Amino acid sequence: MNQWKNFSKGLIVENAVFVQVLGMCPTLGTTTSAYNGLGMGLATTFVLLMSNIVVSMVRNFIPDKVRIPAFIVIIASFVTVVQLTMQAYVPALYKELGLFIPLIVVNCLVLGRAEAFASKNNVWAAAIDGLGMGLGFTLALFMLGSVREILGAGSWLGFKFIKGDGMLLFVLAPGAFLALAYLISIMNKVSKKKA
Amino acid sequence: MEYFVILISAIFVNNIVLAKFLGICPFMGVSSRLETSVGMTGAVAFVMVLATIATYLIQYYVLVPLGIDFMQTITFILVIAALVQLVEIILKKVSPDLYQALGIFLPLITTNCAVLGVAILTIQDKYNLPEAVVFSFATAIGFGLALVLLSSIRESLDLVPVPKGMKGIPIAFVVAGILSMAFMGFAGLV
Repeated sequence: MNQWKNFSKGLIVENAVFVQVLGMCPTLGTTTSAYNGLGMGLATTFVLLMSNIVVSMVRNFIPDKVRIPAFIVIIASFVTVVQLTMQAYVPALYKELGLFIPLIVVNCLVLGRAEAFASKNNVWAAAIDGLGMGLGFTLALFMLGSVREILGAGSWLGFKFIKGDGMLLFVLAPGAFLALAYLISIMNKVSKKKA
Repeated sequence: MEYFVILISAIFVNNIVLAKFLGICPFMGVSSRLETSVGMTGAVAFVMVLATIATYLIQYYVLVPLGIDFMQTITFILVIAALVQLVEIILKKVSPDLYQALGIFLPLITTNCAVLGVAILTIQDKYNLPEAVVFSFATAIGFGLALVLLSSIRESLDLVPVPKGMKGIPIAFVVAGILSMAFMGFAGLV
């Protein structure tokens, strides 16, 4: 029961994007389509899950003073793993996401979870937390990507349902800011109603 | 001429915040006051140029000759983190005034993805060293420009009745979106 709570908090109540407003750069930069958002979300989830597990395993051996650099090295290693794997197996997606894959290192969400949760909890709890937070992040990116793709290109996951272009603005940079602004305010409204 | 094109392109056309979506966290975090955003810009410009030079030298004189350029991400982030610490210590000793002004922003910069982003972009776009310096400096100016614009608008927004659901972060994103539209007007300039 407790573990379920631990997992589900990342999805909605403490959603990284909509509630904590962390990890904004990839959120805005990679969500030109639902597929890209999903890919970026899953890559981040993998890094978050693995780094949470490892940080939690070594949490008793790392002196307090050097813990942040140590966490960064752990995170950077897994980012490199993701980078090389994606380059080999999904080169098209890797090219599309470009700079944002190495930049997972500086995603405040990943370091934030390592510092705030994994360094204080056991491996099992840290893994659950990482998975929940990561999937919450993926969900947010997928939603934003869907909104932008539907409005901007008139398609969803590559499936086209109108002729010609949509409102091109939403695929371009300004649309990212506007779509996210409205999604956050809608999520605020919904989550307040629940509570 | 070449340098001028890089300068204009990095400040206006490919503005790091409004067109490339890097450095959004400090963009949203410190942009509620004009004063803090000026301080942040100074600190970012300082670290960004230094970090770009350092990572450039490391890439071409250490990583490439040894054939370990897959270590790029790890090396760069460590170099940047170390550099920020170093700058902090040196500034404290050498120029206490400057440290007073920039001090609180320095630790925040390690997690500013714009710094790492620029370091990687310089390598990707195959700039030479002087071009890299100009590029990183111009990018920092572009970052500052966006930050100062947003923070002055947000200061005025305090006095305006904003719809309840849009208060705080959402309205800041709407403003950023409109700013970004304005910056799209620069496209095709270079």
